[in-house]
Amino acid sequence: MRDKQLLLAVIIGSALAPLATLPAESGGYYVRVMNVILLYCIITSGLSLLMGYAGQISLGHAAFFGLGAYGSGLLAVKLSLSPWLAMPIAVLGTALVAAAVGVPVLKLKGHYLAMATLGFGEIIYVFLKELNWLTGDPAGLIGIPPFKLFGRELISSISQYYLTWAFLSAVLLISVSLIRSRIGRALRAIHGDELAAGALGVDVSRLKLQVFVLSAVYGAVAGSLYAHFEGFIGYSTFGLMLSIKLVTMVVIGGMSSIWGALLGTAVLTALPQFLTVFKEFEMAVYGAILIGTMIFSPKGIAGALARRRGVERGKAAA
Amino acid sequence: MKGGKPLLEIRNVKKSFGGIRAVDGVSFEVNPGRIKAIIGPNGAGKTTLFNLISGLYPLDSGEIRFKGRRISGLKPHRIASMGIVRTFQNVRLFPEMTVLENVMVGAHRLGKSGFLASIFKLPGTVREERRIREIAMEMLEFVGLADQADLPAGELPLGRQRLVELARALAARPELLLLDEPAAGLNIKETEELGELIVRIRERGVTIALIDHDMSLVMDISDEVVALNEGRKIAEGTPEEIRSNPLVIKAYLGEEGL
Repeated sequence: MRDKQLLLAVIIGSALAPLATLPAESGGYYVRVMNVILLYCIITSGLSLLMGYAGQISLGHAAFFGLGAYGSGLLAVKLSLSPWLAMPIAVLGTALVAAAVGVPVLKLKGHYLAMATLGFGEIIYVFLKELNWLTGDPAGLIGIPPFKLFGRELISSISQYYLTWAFLSAVLLISVSLIRSRIGRALRAIHGDELAAGALGVDVSRLKLQVFVLSAVYGAVAGSLYAHFEGFIGYSTFGLMLSIKLVTMVVIGGMSSIWGALLGTAVLTALPQFLTVFKEFEMAVYGAILIGTMIFSPKGIAGALARRRGVERGKAAA
Repeated sequence: MKGGKPLLEIRNVKKSFGGIRAVDGVSFEVNPGRIKAIIGPNGAGKTTLFNLISGLYPLDSGEIRFKGRRISGLKPHRIASMGIVRTFQNVRLFPEMTVLENVMVGAHRLGKSGFLASIFKLPGTVREERRIREIAMEMLEFVGLADQADLPAGELPLGRQRLVELARALAARPELLLLDEPAAGLNIKETEELGELIVRIRERGVTIALIDHDMSLVMDISDEVVALNEGRKIAEGTPEEIRSNPLVIKAYLGEEGL
């Protein structure tokens, strides 16, 4: 029940959000920031399914974002494909890569899985960096065409925002259906006790792989959107720092629900925009926030909110 | 149905861990509709045997058959989906999930909707989900925990956690239920109630194999008993026969005599 209500609240809330910025001079700027938030939310909701629900960590998700971005961008630039066609091809390709990587890597657990996914992320990073003849000179891949809808190019911030919004809404609908299903329950069972889940007939390795691929697909969708929004991509965007940021967003928001991930993404994306003083020390601030969250609220912001509500309910009952 | 064909056949099964023979050539059968107890002192190989049956470890040699089909070598989830479901010596619930959700995971094998069907909420998934919930509630009522359905499983006392684990196993509609020391950590009253519950489970047509360490529960409810010591079968028979078997007495006294 609660998931459905929150789903509706997020979809409607994010649809209305740009209205709040309209009268302001800098409306376009805020819409751009919100677009980035929604874009990251697409990735982190997948990471939340993988980490928070299935209990499997990935420190290489920037790679899927990068594969989606470069795949879609290259298809559009080199083969002159429409972005609408380039996107599904890039996403499918990324899904295949994720499946191929996932089969061996997901046999690992805990820190070993973290290291292996980190290694995978670095491998993709190096490929994007060194395959200059393909991915463009060190400056990056330029001239990526924007999406077109009804004959108009989606260049304005607001049009791009609503395209991201449409994709995020679809991603959340899908994710909530999954969470509330037999499969979602099995994923949480894997998180709780892999061995016990297997002994009840849950196909542990298959489900782990499926949710890993789904989270990679979300990453690739976000990557493709990003490439066609920006028109230009450089390899440096898709490194370890981004992977860590994404994980941080999920953890800080709260791993026990997808809504926590969205909250963490919004907070950590918006924060640097308002605390520009920290610019140089952005990662240090990220680290400090992560440490603080782990010490004071291991279940993240969402966990702290839920606990507070619980306390108030307890007071009311008393 | 009771044409004499055993439900589970264990044939000359061997398993070593780093040179230690945990299970050393054990053979016996479990017949449908019976309660079979496996007893033995610590280190006799009882739990290892269960882990071999449920596919957690591969066998070194020998063979295990269920309803005539070879199951040794299959993955745990395949074995479970054939109808062999187990509980664990140290209760293994999903602590963050509610009691009801735990039991619903038990009914996982009764559902068919896969990953894509769940994502796109294909017709049928909702009906299936409702059925899984009904089965789970029914099993919670059976073990007497229906009123605790929405509590986090990890917060229950041990005795209740054991009942949740039992309900979870029953929700899988097993043909063969493996209970690994179900009375461990329970007081005398709880143990008696558990014994009654196990008999009622058998009345539902479930065949049961159970491990017991101290023989207290076993002797009252079992039809047949297998005694293991140091990885080998030392005796098999009715509870009375086992109780008076000199080898069994020696195995237990020998342990206590140390």
